[in-house]
Amino acid sequence: MAKAFPFTAIVGQDEMKTALLVAAVDPSIGGVLVFGDRGTGKSTAIRALAALMPKIPMGDGCSFNCNPDEARSFRCPRCADGEAPKTRMSPIPVVDLPLGATEDRVIGALDLERALHDGEKAFEPGLLARAHRGFLYIDEVNLLEDHIVDSLLDVAASGENVVEREGLSVRHPARFVLVGSGNPEEGELRPQLLDRFGLSVEVRTPQDVASRVEIVRQRDAFERDPEGFTKKQQRKQGKVRKQLQIARELIDEVEVPAQVLESAARLCLALGTDGLRGELTLVRTARARAALDGRTTAELDDLRALAPSVLRHRLRRDPLDESGSTVRIDKALAELDAAA
Amino acid sequence: MDEQEARWLDAELAAACVMLDGHALGGVRLRARPGPVRDFWLQQTRALASAERPWRKIPLHCSESRLLGGLDLSATLRSGSPVVARGLLADADGGIGLLCMAERATATLTAPLAALLDDPVLRIEREGVTAQHPCSIAIIALDEGVDDEALTPALAERLALHIDLDTLGVAVLDDFSLTRRDLEAARLRLADVEIDDDAVASICRATLALGIDSPRAAILAARTACALAALAGATRVGGEQLEQVLRLVLLPRATRLPAPPEEELPPEEEQASAEESPQDPPPPAPEQDGPAPEPEGDDQSRQRSKDELDDERLLDAAKAVLPADLLKQLVAGRMKSRRQRSAGKSGAQQRHLLRGRPMGSLAGDPRSGARLDLMATLRTAAPWQRLRGPSPGGARLRVEPDDFRVVRFRQRTQTVTVFVVDASGSAALYRLAEAKGAVELLLADCYVRRDEVALIAFRGDHAELLLPPTRSLVRAKRSLSALPGGGGTPLAAAIDTTSELLEQLERRGVSPAYVMLTDGRANICRDGSAGREAATEEALTAAQQLRLRTTAPGMVIDTSPRPHRSADRLARALDARYLPLPNADAAQLQAAVRQVAA
Repeated sequence: MAKAFPFTAIVGQDEMKTALLVAAVDPSIGGVLVFGDRGTGKSTAIRALAALMPKIPMGDGCSFNCNPDEARSFRCPRCADGEAPKTRMSPIPVVDLPLGATEDRVIGALDLERALHDGEKAFEPGLLARAHRGFLYIDEVNLLEDHIVDSLLDVAASGENVVEREGLSVRHPARFVLVGSGNPEEGELRPQLLDRFGLSVEVRTPQDVASRVEIVRQRDAFERDPEGFTKKQQRKQGKVRKQLQIARELIDEVEVPAQVLESAARLCLALGTDGLRGELTLVRTARARAALDGRTTAELDDLRALAPSVLRHRLRRDPLDESGSTVRIDKALAELDAAA
Repeated sequence: MDEQEARWLDAELAAACVMLDGHALGGVRLRARPGPVRDFWLQQTRALASAERPWRKIPLHCSESRLLGGLDLSATLRSGSPVVARGLLADADGGIGLLCMAERATATLTAPLAALLDDPVLRIEREGVTAQHPCSIAIIALDEGVDDEALTPALAERLALHIDLDTLGVAVLDDFSLTRRDLEAARLRLADVEIDDDAVASICRATLALGIDSPRAAILAARTACALAALAGATRVGGEQLEQVLRLVLLPRATRLPAPPEEELPPEEEQASAEESPQDPPPPAPEQDGPAPEPEGDDQSRQRSKDELDDERLLDAAKAVLPADLLKQLVAGRMKSRRQRSAGKSGAQQRHLLRGRPMGSLAGDPRSGARLDLMATLRTAAPWQRLRGPSPGGARLRVEPDDFRVVRFRQRTQTVTVFVVDASGSAALYRLAEAKGAVELLLADCYVRRDEVALIAFRGDHAELLLPPTRSLVRAKRSLSALPGGGGTPLAAAIDTTSELLEQLERRGVSPAYVMLTDGRANICRDGSAGREAATEEALTAAQQLRLRTTAPGMVIDTSPRPHRSADRLARALDARYLPLPNADAAQLQAAVRQVAA
């Protein structure tokens, strides 16, 4: 199987990389949308994420990725009914939703083999089950068929997959971090789907010779010798994995000072974002970034660093506004600084 | 060597590269009409590989389950347990996929291909099948597009080599001088070919100078350079390869000409100089066989004041061998509308939505023309197998007519609202600005309804499609605010342009509607001559023709200060709604358009 390009060797694109890591630290932030020019390494970065994932406890032999340490109500029917399964450590799953996937494989359906062979009605879990507690990656998210988007939206919102089809009636937990990438020129996202993402990142092409040369160089080196190249990055990759693991443990202890909370509120007010979601996500990302940094107190800088990603897609959009959301956020941030 | 021969040699190099290092280079985008030239190229290219190497045609109608693989119905029924059918792509592993009529391919076809070029693993999650196949293929996309039709950019940019055989004559066709054995030898060398930092830097500088945004282009160019060096028998990339890469990979992607040397040569002159002086460029590469004289080239570049000169020389050389019409296109239109081009395509890409959205399946008879939902049928039949017992014919599975499930589709049609704006003197005098404001409001409305919009403006002696159907309202607004007023009212021309566009849209399967903002006082005929009487006559005839040619609903918004007979007559001839707007009330306008488009 082809090796994935290592995460740590990706040139530039810091906003995207930070956003992905932050979402991995705190899944409740709610997913990352990466939109931007072609060829900027969107899918490369996301596919590279899999190699960075720390291990988490999972039920042995459970095909729904249940956490044996969690309350019964959060587990799949099988793990909830009988004895709690044995625990095995495995990396956080990163599941790819390939193009052309059909609904039955996404949400799960009747197990055909067993139905045909034994005349048994059994449920065969789909991609949503496999992505539970991990990442679900959709490349070209704007090309996804509407009916699949609809099933995803519902599950992403409720954290539970309810299957009622072909005489089956199954429900199982499916909490996952939705990661999508796409090119805005190929179509915009439905607002409902856009709303499901906690962070939205814009990637652009580097416009200087040096970074372009670096990109070509890295890619060339990787393709000539994928094994050797990956090995060279192993130490750096290991460091990031460790960092993620520590941050995931640390996150509950991170405190957010009143000053940061207030700034978050003021920022949202200044930009006129709808609802509290933006504010909440701002605070969560600030906390996750502090944890990534190994600190137990979130700072204003944490807030500032990810504010554009958090708020970009939440601004009430004026379809005729040419300046774009990023500019408005930057302006609001500058005003915030001036007021402080 | 004349220009045609040089281009044929380039085409040969492209063929050799893709057969040498196919998957890494993505493939070839071949722009050519069907004909002897294209057939000969394909035949020669195919001969470069051994017969065992897969060479699969991917027809346009190829269904998703045939392309990617899925459940094999007959085998499943025979054996009584699910049998996986390999798709066309899995069969093409290690070889070439030939995408025919690539300009018409929808995202159903192109998106999986693009994904495969990124990562040579075919992942299948469909029809109850979960599978992974290694699938490292190269694509040869046969692009016959004219005008705005072209291969979708998402796939085009993943194919390293872009060649155009359209203007080549049969006279230059010649058997490829490279043979299968040359390729074998080159393949052995390829892993050792080096590309130094200077070469990479000069590729990257060229991408910046030519306005190529995607870093993928630079990566592909570097790989192509290595392949070319291996073919030339060299172990490192030299200046010769860089020139070839520029012609084969970078220039076809150019969105602007490099800035400094000549600013505003009229296209004709450029063309002439390209044709007249083929001896100017350093003789294009393929003539010199054997190892390239790189030490010399290296010295040269070192002597010259760093790389800049070197790059300039490269670009100059390439410009001289450019096909004349490419240069013309670049100078004429593309530079100013780079964004426009790509965004204009987005409309075309979204068309794949039109094939309808499956609404789940329901019991039904597949013979009535509906499509059988295989999985649903099998699933319905499955639980009953024990009860039904073995079938009389000996088949393992008994499927009864009641089990049949067919797919339901819901067709969602896209609406395109075409705005036809009168920017003539008479309208400008009254309230072009107000009309502009009103259109802006309407645009926002279209955004809410996810409609596409197009904009036609007319003034002076002609009408012009300012904005092909798009969803980008920013662009619509921009082209609207840049619209100057003044001049005559060529109403007939405007109606003709409108009806052409409407017809085109209907052929595509979208439902168009139009909104014409004018005072209806035509005074310019189709041929450009002035005269109110004749122009009005012509306009009314044109209007009647429009009515016959399309079924699109329309509306005429009278922008004259007082409701005027001429606009009313126009509306009647068009069989469109007439809406006098003595005082431009934007909200009223908005409501009216909503009614028409609904």
